[in-house]
Amino acid sequence: MHNELAWRNIWRNPRRTLVITTAVVIGIWSIILLSALTRGMQREMLGNGIKTLTGHIQIQHPEYMDDPVVDYSLGEGAIDKEALSTRLPRGSHWTGRIRVGAVAANARHSGGVTLVGMDPEREPFVSFIGGAVTEGRPLKASDKSKVVVGRALLNAYEARIGHKLILMSQDTKGEIASKAFRIVGVFDADLEATEKTYLFVPFGAAQQMLGLGDRLSEVSIVLPEMGEEKEVARAISQALNTESLSVTTWQERLPMLAAYLKLSDSFIYIWYGVVFIAMGFGIVNTTLMAVFERIREFGLIRALGMSPSGIIRGVLLESLFLLLLGLTAGNVLGIATVFLIAIHGIDLSALAAGTEMWGMPRIIIPVLTPTDILTANGVIVTLGLVVSLYPATKAARITPVEALRYT
Amino acid sequence: MNTDIALAWRNIWRNPRRTLLTIAAIAFAALLLVFMLSFQFGTYETMINASVSLRTGHLQVQAEGYQKDREVRLALNWDDETEAALLDGDLRVVAAAPRANGFALVTSGSRTYGCMVTGVDPEREKKVSTLAAIIRQGSYFKGEDAALVGETLARNLKVGVGDELTLLGQGRDGSVAATVVAVQGIFESGLDAYDRNVVLLPLAFFQDLFTMEGGVHEVAIRASSLSEVAPLKAKLNAKLAELPHNGPPPVALDWMDLIPGLLQSIQMDLVSGLIMYLILIIVVAFSILNTFVMAIFERTREFGVMMAIGTTPGRLMGLVLTESFFMTATGLAVGIAFGAILTLWFESHGILIPGSDQIMKAYGISGRLYPKLSLLSATIGPVAVLAITLFSALFPALKIRNMNPVEAMHHA
Repeated sequence: MHNELAWRNIWRNPRRTLVITTAVVIGIWSIILLSALTRGMQREMLGNGIKTLTGHIQIQHPEYMDDPVVDYSLGEGAIDKEALSTRLPRGSHWTGRIRVGAVAANARHSGGVTLVGMDPEREPFVSFIGGAVTEGRPLKASDKSKVVVGRALLNAYEARIGHKLILMSQDTKGEIASKAFRIVGVFDADLEATEKTYLFVPFGAAQQMLGLGDRLSEVSIVLPEMGEEKEVARAISQALNTESLSVTTWQERLPMLAAYLKLSDSFIYIWYGVVFIAMGFGIVNTTLMAVFERIREFGLIRALGMSPSGIIRGVLLESLFLLLLGLTAGNVLGIATVFLIAIHGIDLSALAAGTEMWGMPRIIIPVLTPTDILTANGVIVTLGLVVSLYPATKAARITPVEALRYT
Repeated sequence: MNTDIALAWRNIWRNPRRTLLTIAAIAFAALLLVFMLSFQFGTYETMINASVSLRTGHLQVQAEGYQKDREVRLALNWDDETEAALLDGDLRVVAAAPRANGFALVTSGSRTYGCMVTGVDPEREKKVSTLAAIIRQGSYFKGEDAALVGETLARNLKVGVGDELTLLGQGRDGSVAATVVAVQGIFESGLDAYDRNVVLLPLAFFQDLFTMEGGVHEVAIRASSLSEVAPLKAKLNAKLAELPHNGPPPVALDWMDLIPGLLQSIQMDLVSGLIMYLILIIVVAFSILNTFVMAIFERTREFGVMMAIGTTPGRLMGLVLTESFFMTATGLAVGIAFGAILTLWFESHGILIPGSDQIMKAYGISGRLYPKLSLLSATIGPVAVLAITLFSALFPALKIRNMNPVEAMHHA
């Protein structure tokens, strides 16, 4: 009965109800859209960060993170492969690799790069290089002096597939080791910096060139799901149980990305607050009007025996219906907009230099998460009811005698 | 007319609570917009100045194609005559510094890294970039052939002031460029790529080492202000085309050409900000629209009486719109006042956004961000609010045209 009464009450002035509902609709629509775009960007940036040779978890020499040189490598025996594979959740992938700073040169150009010695069978499951080779071919296990380079680097060196590239780096004895590699494949990446930085050569060739024997720079692990990396890292750390290793998660390796993700999270919450305040004034004002033009009516139902708390409940129910009406329409509109945008994504290619600078993806595809939608709706309903308490208590304070005097 | 204004002002205070809530909503929007726009503009200026004064300068003169390819052979012949013809007598040019860039393997006792080597003119560089001010250990160039290295690079190479570095690179003519040089000072710019990857040498020494034959790669120019950059660039390009040269003429590039990402990320931030502000204003407009609507409908009888005694519908509409304008204007005045106070307070104290240090470091900004209140940042937002609210107030006001005095007076 209460519900029906409240529902009919809000339609006594349809225009007013529609106006305030529109404010709620636009508010929730903008919140859903903003959080979906932010999540989409976060997911892409995080995915890129993880794929660009970081992985969710890394195992390295404790000094390697600060000073990534060939001296700080891991011995073959340091990694207990049995222990590693039993601690990892199903669906995880891992690989060992060599990663050192190097100089690449040909007749046209020379510059600093990062030389990656990779395992052609395991690496494609762990980092972006799997599926990124768009010209020529990926590295094979049988390759010796072959190299896969990024497209931007290939252009900078004015080279083509089949050309030679000289790579120079410091070996374990402190001497400059150099070796010629033939370009067999070219990869494309989202960020030009990635294409210019990384050069992939077979694991064995890198070990031989640098005099590493069977040592490696790091083990990189990707998990099937985000979110459990800290627990898994701890388990691995205990299982391997050696002081000459450090097990780190991506948050430690990519502190800037982790900070950015946190910052953009807080922007979503700030927007919740801003939109809510803007709507809040309207909700209070509209409900107040609805109360004050019904003073006689409230006096009458008080006289008929309705308790003040009953009146508060009635007014709050009206607010609740206003909010729910707006939220329903706003959610439908918001979700539909997200789906429409998701078909093509928002293409920022025209601003490629700007997105590159921030490590942002060129195309943003919005991502809807149930948590975001529920939080946004929950926050608005709760706060909306809280501010409606003000007009509701005003209504509850009306006494029958006062109301009679009021015309 | 004066009566109408007095009448409108009194009318809005017939329901003080409703008016105050409406004014508060408008003031909130105005305050937020004044502060946010000042904050964004302030940050952009800090970002541009930090990036420009660290390395690029406002403008650079380079050989055609150097910006894209960065090849040693794309050098510029820069002598006193060229410089006099181009820059002398122009008050917009504060200082200019020629530089040359190359690549070398840099070896210390135990470590080797591939680095960018830049030759700078010690005296003139001081006036263009902040280099001399960011030396953390040792000293700036003192006249001998010595090197300045970045803080991260020094750590990676395990060298300190006075230690020797061996440089091995390729000169302009393809010959081997090799030398041993002592570290004179260690600088820290906060920009990771710069601190990790750069060795600086005196220009004359560099030109010798890389057989530059007097050539340079870039002449960085500091302009008297950001707004002078565009006209100065146009003038330089016109003059460069007139000077004698072999092949395509050298070009003048401004900071937007030199760091395209900076301008684009500012555009991106500004556009996404403006979209959000527009949405906010629309939510506020719908939030207060009911006040305007109710101000008319609950006074139907009153309007009927006024029309019956001879008030024209046009004058009534004017009255109602004046009421809306008063509410909006009061709200805006309050919002601008508080927004300006808030902005000025942060302008002197700075804002520390927790967790954003590292992000800002990538832009060469350290620590706090400072909003900057300007006439523009204080008015754009409020003007937009005024336009959108008055537009929304127009719809209820138009209803007055259709009112019939007799029916209106019968309205309950």
